[in-house]
Amino acid sequence: MTIAIKGPEISRRGMLAGLGGMSFCLAFGADGVNLLSEAQASTGAHQIGSWVRIAPNGTITILSAGAEMGQGSMTSLPLILAEEMDADWAKVVIEWAPADKANYGYIIGGNRMMWIVGSRAVMLYYDQLRTAGAQVRKVLLTNAAETWGVDAASLKTEPSVVVHPASGRRMSYGEIAASGKVPATLPAVAANELKKKSEFRLIGKSVPRRDIPSKVNGTAQYAMDVKVPGMVYASTLHSPVHNTAPDTWNDAEIKAMAGVIGTVKLANGVAVVADRFERAKAGRDTLKVAWKKGKAEGFNSEQALAQDYAKIHNDPAAQKTTIDSKGDADAAFAGAAKVYKAEYRSDFGYHAQMEPLNAVARFNDAGDKVEIWEGSQAPDVSRAAVAKALGFKEEQVDFHQCYMGGGFGRRTMGDYAAEAALVAREVRRPVKLLWTREEDVAQGMLRPQAFQCLEAALDGSGKVVGWRHCVVGDGGGLLHTGIKPIYYAIPNQFIERRGISHGIKLKHWRAVGHVFNVFAIEAFVDQMAVDQGMDPLEFRLQRMSLTPKARKCFETVAQMCDWKAKRPEGRALGLSVSERSGSLGAGVAEISLDRASGKVKVHKVWVAIDGGTIVQPAAAKANIESGIIYGLSSVLHERATVKDGVVEQSNFHDYTVMRMSDLPEEMHVSFVEADTRPTGLGEIGNPFIAGAVANAFHKLTGKRLYHMPFTPERVLATLKA
Amino acid sequence: MVSFTLNDRSVSVDADPNTPLLWVIRDHIGLTGTKYGCGVALCGACTVHVDGAATRSCSTDLASVAGKKVVTIEGLSPNSSHPLQKAWIAEQVPQCGYCQSGQIMQAAELLAQIPKPTRTQIVAHMDGNICRCGTYHRIIAAVERASREG
Ligand code: FES
Ligand code: FES
Repeated sequence: MTIAIKGPEISRRGMLAGLGGMSFCLAFGADGVNLLSEAQASTGAHQIGSWVRIAPNGTITILSAGAEMGQGSMTSLPLILAEEMDADWAKVVIEWAPADKANYGYIIGGNRMMWIVGSRAVMLYYDQLRTAGAQVRKVLLTNAAETWGVDAASLKTEPSVVVHPASGRRMSYGEIAASGKVPATLPAVAANELKKKSEFRLIGKSVPRRDIPSKVNGTAQYAMDVKVPGMVYASTLHSPVHNTAPDTWNDAEIKAMAGVIGTVKLANGVAVVADRFERAKAGRDTLKVAWKKGKAEGFNSEQALAQDYAKIHNDPAAQKTTIDSKGDADAAFAGAAKVYKAEYRSDFGYHAQMEPLNAVARFNDAGDKVEIWEGSQAPDVSRAAVAKALGFKEEQVDFHQCYMGGGFGRRTMGDYAAEAALVAREVRRPVKLLWTREEDVAQGMLRPQAFQCLEAALDGSGKVVGWRHCVVGDGGGLLHTGIKPIYYAIPNQFIERRGISHGIKLKHWRAVGHVFNVFAIEAFVDQMAVDQGMDPLEFRLQRMSLTPKARKCFETVAQMCDWKAKRPEGRALGLSVSERSGSLGAGVAEISLDRASGKVKVHKVWVAIDGGTIVQPAAAKANIESGIIYGLSSVLHERATVKDGVVEQSNFHDYTVMRMSDLPEEMHVSFVEADTRPTGLGEIGNPFIAGAVANAFHKLTGKRLYHMPFTPERVLATLKA
Repeated sequence: MVSFTLNDRSVSVDADPNTPLLWVIRDHIGLTGTKYGCGVALCGACTVHVDGAATRSCSTDLASVAGKKVVTIEGLSPNSSHPLQKAWIAEQVPQCGYCQSGQIMQAAELLAQIPKPTRTQIVAHMDGNICRCGTYHRIIAAVERASREG
């Protein structure tokens, strides 16, 4: 028996076709996003689908390239276009853009991509979507002007209506679309033709997120929920030592189990396929696999972090990469009146997105086309990964985007989608491949662990004029995001990364390197402030060359939390700051400590953020609050460790994340006034919090925490030391 | 064959009696609002009601619900009209949304037991449900709103 479920409220692709009305296509050139008429689009090298369509009934369908993992960009991106179009938001229907980066990707560093990572969605599409919306509005105005025989300049718009104030005539966008024409070449829009801030009806105003109603009644569709006729289930066991191939396994025993259809060898795992997931999983749990040797064999993460990394830091022959070199750091240190140095460490972290990784794959009868259902932060990459695994061209892969039950940087590779496709081809049936939570933890991929050494040089006036920061670990570029303290504008600095490779799967993780780099930087600055006998806020304002943006954020947050006011007995404040994706946030945490158990409790958090123009303030605030919680969870609880090459944790009992009882009683988020372009907000909420908590801890106890997370055991050890 | 009531309809399922109720509901029957998060009663994403009690369906055998009344998020109200669902929208609680069916079912049990819970009671009741997106404060606000507005 099957009870039909309601479809998700986001309409599926194909809604755009055959409705009549006007349609506008979108193309991306070297100069960014451009709207095209259908006529132009059809002559292009690529088949370009509609981006905006206005139906005669007034329904406006807008594609969204914003993958939705809870951050709200599925709603925010179409809203930007709707704003300049002056669309009635109630008439806007949102569809997901196809996984076609040539047509729907943004441009970064000369490449087109659709990755929704690094808080890029609103930031990178903003200008282009506004221009596109304004072009659509211009076409509507021109059509109305022709119909009425008046000058287009004499017309105005109200939401979804063109108005001729002189005569009082009105025509809805739907009416215009019924008979209107889209010119072969769309009109240009100059920057000064865009709306002024005071004219915004949607940007900066907060509309309800479109995905929310489906998320309170069970109808939101995640890849996990996709069911296609004849579908079977695959459960995988990946190599405990990462990236290791299976050699042999108890195949006959597994295949004799109830419901098992077959087993499939994967590059670094074995999939058991059965008619039901619970039977596939039973097979998976019974697997006994002999694995080939892997690079990570014997790797011990605690030993590496405690000893090896420091040795690498001191080894002149170590593999080094200069991240930033400016001024003359050596001279600044040679001439310094005072020099500081400190070392910090941070453990591996795991995303723990709530939805374990999964994908559905279905081939056509001929076996030369595959459909994929996946929740992906990078549908374009996922499509390419599937094609590559199968030896297909990308055109042979049809990708269906789904909601993501969390992403946090994990879901940009399509690795599990490629596995689903390989398994489906092998068993010649549609397959839902689902990692168990245990797989999800054991396979990471992990946020790198890191060792940091920081040094600072103060001149005779006590100003910080020299800076050295070396980060050591595995993970290449993942290690050094957030390592440049640009907000402090230190004149002489030398920043480097020293690398090693363990063979462990590593990945982006909500701002990645910021998590440990910002912790080290902000704890270090606090240490200098205290040593100089100064208030940490005053030290930053007077002894660092703060950028105006940073100064504003510090002043705002100081006011928000009443920084100088006395706190209740047993409470203390800590200050910190970070930048991410162009945004800047200064934050303060108020903590207390249970000295018997070593448990740190965070009571209140304040953060002042400059994120440029805030497109959707309510959603932005929710996103920052989410970051604070995610950050606190990582600061107080989360640690993954690897022993003998194997991740030691397996589920939420030993990889503990923040629960409701840990929640701060208060979180205050404030956006400082800024008319500049939007900058990224998805990851500005979490990096500052480690420093804020560590600095508050020092204020409370006079002791410094140098190793993140600040687990009760570490806190007790620190108090005793 | 095991028979029970699901969202006010009687259903009979031909599956191994040891099958976790979660997979019976999601795959055998096809109601996918109930989610898999951990499989071992650690996260609450799979929470349903069994005879009114919030229950982790991932760790409940099919056989144990024979003859009982099971309610999932789909059965909480016909049209998202339960006070909690309305409050969840008003407070814009969900982010990724994946944990929220379980959160709402867990909260529904609380309001059935204690119509006007204190913050402490809410936290104690909800502490077993993980929200990785960190919507906890909004969940509290929404439970308070639902209890106020009924
Ligand atoms: S899936 Fe049942 S408690 Fe996590
Ligand atoms: S809303 Fe994402 S886990 Fe709760």
